Amino acid sequence: MTSYRLRWNRKRWLIRARRKARDLRPLADRTAALGPRSILLFATLRNERPRLPWFLKYYRDLGVEHFLFIDNGSDDGSADYLTAQPDASVWSTTASYAGARFGVDWINALLARHAHGRWALVVDVDEFFLYPFCDTRPLRALTDWLDDAGLRSFGTLILDMYPKGPVGDQPCAEGQNPFEIAHWFDSANYAITRNGQYGNLWIQGGPRARGFFAEQPRAAPALNKVPLVKWDRGYAYVSSTHMLLPRGLNLTYDTLGGEKASGCLLHAKFLETLGDKAREEIQRAQHYAGGREYQAYAAVLSDRTDLWNKWSERFINWRQLEILGLMSKGNWA
Amino acid sequence: MSARLGFIMLVHTALHRAAQVARYVAEAGSPLMIHVDASTSAAQYQTLVQALADLPGVRFCRRHRGEWGTWSLVAAMQTATEMLLDTCPEVERVYALSGACMPLRPIAELAAWLDRHPDTDFIESVNVADVNWTKGGLHEERFTLHFPIGFKRNKWLFDRLVDAQRLLRVRRDIPDGIVPHMGSQWWCLTRETLQAILKDPMRRPFERYFRRVWIPDESYFQTLVRLHARRIESRSLTLGKFDHTGRPHVFYDDHLQLLRRSECFMVRKVWPGADRLYQHFLAPRESTSSAEPQPSRIDRHFAKATAQRVRGRPGLYMASRFPVKNRENGKTAEPYSVFQGFTEVFQDFEGWLSAVANCRVHGHLFAPHKVEFANREKIFAGGLSDSAGLRDYNPRAFLTNLLWATRGERQCFQFGPGDTQGRKFDLLWLMAADSNAQISVISGAWAVPLYRSGRPTAEIRREAARLQRIETQMIEILQSPGTRARIRIWTMAEFLENPAEPLHTLFDEIAPHSQARLIRLPDLVDLSGFGTFLQELRNQGMQPVLMGEFPQTPVSPDPSHRMK
Repeated sequence: MTSYRLRWNRKRWLIRARRKARDLRPLADRTAALGPRSILLFATLRNERPRLPWFLKYYRDLGVEHFLFIDNGSDDGSADYLTAQPDASVWSTTASYAGARFGVDWINALLARHAHGRWALVVDVDEFFLYPFCDTRPLRALTDWLDDAGLRSFGTLILDMYPKGPVGDQPCAEGQNPFEIAHWFDSANYAITRNGQYGNLWIQGGPRARGFFAEQPRAAPALNKVPLVKWDRGYAYVSSTHMLLPRGLNLTYDTLGGEKASGCLLHAKFLETLGDKAREEIQRAQHYAGGREYQAYAAVLSDRTDLWNKWSERFINWRQLEILGLMSKGNWA
Repeated sequence: MSARLGFIMLVHTALHRAAQVARYVAEAGSPLMIHVDASTSAAQYQTLVQALADLPGVRFCRRHRGEWGTWSLVAAMQTATEMLLDTCPEVERVYALSGACMPLRPIAELAAWLDRHPDTDFIESVNVADVNWTKGGLHEERFTLHFPIGFKRNKWLFDRLVDAQRLLRVRRDIPDGIVPHMGSQWWCLTRETLQAILKDPMRRPFERYFRRVWIPDESYFQTLVRLHARRIESRSLTLGKFDHTGRPHVFYDDHLQLLRRSECFMVRKVWPGADRLYQHFLAPRESTSSAEPQPSRIDRHFAKATAQRVRGRPGLYMASRFPVKNRENGKTAEPYSVFQGFTEVFQDFEGWLSAVANCRVHGHLFAPHKVEFANREKIFAGGLSDSAGLRDYNPRAFLTNLLWATRGERQCFQFGPGDTQGRKFDLLWLMAADSNAQISVISGAWAVPLYRSGRPTAEIRREAARLQRIETQMIEILQSPGTRARIRIWTMAEFLENPAEPLHTLFDEIAPHSQARLIRLPDLVDLSGFGTFLQELRNQGMQPVLMGEFPQTPVSPDPSHRMK
């Protein structure tokens, strides 16, 4: 019964995605050159120009072969910058972000059109994908391994990174590695429950929960994401990349005590621009649950809160995260 | 010397890598027969042929269409082997390779090593009755059912055929004279053995049988060598590791040192993108080493990975490990101690315990309004916050996180009926079923703070009744069958008769090898008048029972009482 209902949900999201795809206007469409095995990256953004050079470099180095961007009405030159990249396709829209279910409809539309049968990585421009052996094995090694093992999706934890000292104190220069500044994280304060309907884990915690949501922990943002999927045009993301349909794609975790291979998305959210960003986003009121997340940030960030404490861990590499139990090699050795 | 060692190679993808290996083998002087899968495109095939055209030792044999788990792979090996033996009469031994194999040592070293082991067939060949690595529920049935189609062609039909045969109790006769054996298909056999197998008058009947065995490439040669070989060394000279699902582990650039030190001759399977491995191992080198292969380090490396995949790390709950109840392989990460009623009857129990035992002593971690971390820190290990709201949102996760974050340091904390219990005593159920927990309860001790508060009995009667009700339920849980914690429960009266002995026992468990002795016991709080207080509660209509029998005029034990 549930599966029947979910199937209809999925169809509905896909039809909706096709409708919302009309919002998108191509600025540069280089997808004709995609190979059958190209690894693709999808992202929606708005006014992220300073972050883009490092973002592109990071993912090119990992082995992403083509970028597909949706620019949601940037006025800082982001679109022009991206259009000039030889390995990027860019669509532009000024339609409502909230109206497209926070960009999910747009992404679903592009995925269905361009990612069918390919591995697709869906991230935000402040999220940096880390997987086991990412310093010695390119992304292709991971997707080949997943293909061999018959796995279609790869799960991650979003790891919120923060600087030592008030967030506004150290600005991040354009093209600079954001984790030169925000290189601290919380290692073991993540609470997990299972979502019975979609089968995914719901993970909350980290500095965002303790710093901004101590009084309303239920409202703390979800930290589980499934960003890497061998896409099929019948698939659909449901809520951001937290969960997708069909449900089997959400089973990126083991229930019998073992560990599946998994990664982290290092989240460079707590950087100098966040204060301005929070104020802007509240005015736009274009975010999930009325942007309560950004309201919480603005309220606390205005008094120069320092998220750092003596138990904070300083980021070294993926091996450290694997030892701390934030990600796992599983049996990929 | 290398000419007496011939190779067959089965390739279907990553032909450029196969070409590199073929060149390496051929340049060492060994003849090589390549079987390219018939499903590989003509263009790719021609490219490979062209790339190796300058090497006279390399030949290509008739192509079969390989399908995993079916006879076609054996047929390919037979064809390649026959052609190699026919065209190269000097070949005395044949080594079977795949396109994903890579030599780790010069071919001359392998040939020299083989010369030191004359007349020996190297093939993993294990009696099917003793095999424990098969996956997917098919074991001896591989040999006793019919498998007309491959699993990958139609999984559904494959499974239905197996079901139907099981239902009909189909049992194929195994041909007389053979005992099914299994093992890796990457063997190295002598010309005599191979010719005996290929020229056996029974070859056709055996073939008819093996054509419908499941995964015959792992059993055809492995079974038949047992009929013909003079000396079998049951192991593969090709290093290959398999995971818990039976899939081969893949080698990458970061395995370079591991592979180099293994001294193995051949490895499988190597990721085609592993540039550094191909560069390093296919570079021309002097063959000087006569070392024996030492695969044990690699064995351990992959055994560890399999264990992590199958059993995981105890006490870890994360994005890719979220065990259902009772499948945790350890509910928490490390041993810990829970004290109920101790801070109530002793003065500064926390301070005393942290002074005598080498462990982290917290207050009531689950106190209703704040988490009482050691030294009342606002944030503790792992980034855990002292906010009761965050903790109570998921108390189980709070506890398992704390124990994960403090691995290597024993945690002790106070607990009691006044604390957050989670939904339906969720927390206590977790701890009671956890073999890492040491739970010690002085029942009824919750009455001491009430007594010492000095508030009128009429006022605290209701609170006393509430705490007693909760603690009664707690004790029921702790006494239920199926608990795995070390649980000790004393009534308060019992405990106070001789506090030294139980403390000593607990201390020995917490710090078993500690040289420190319990020189001084913590001081007891003043309990004169406690008996009268209990009587007053009774007079108010409450029935305090959990603390045991207290006389109205108590004989309080000597607080400075020394042990031994």
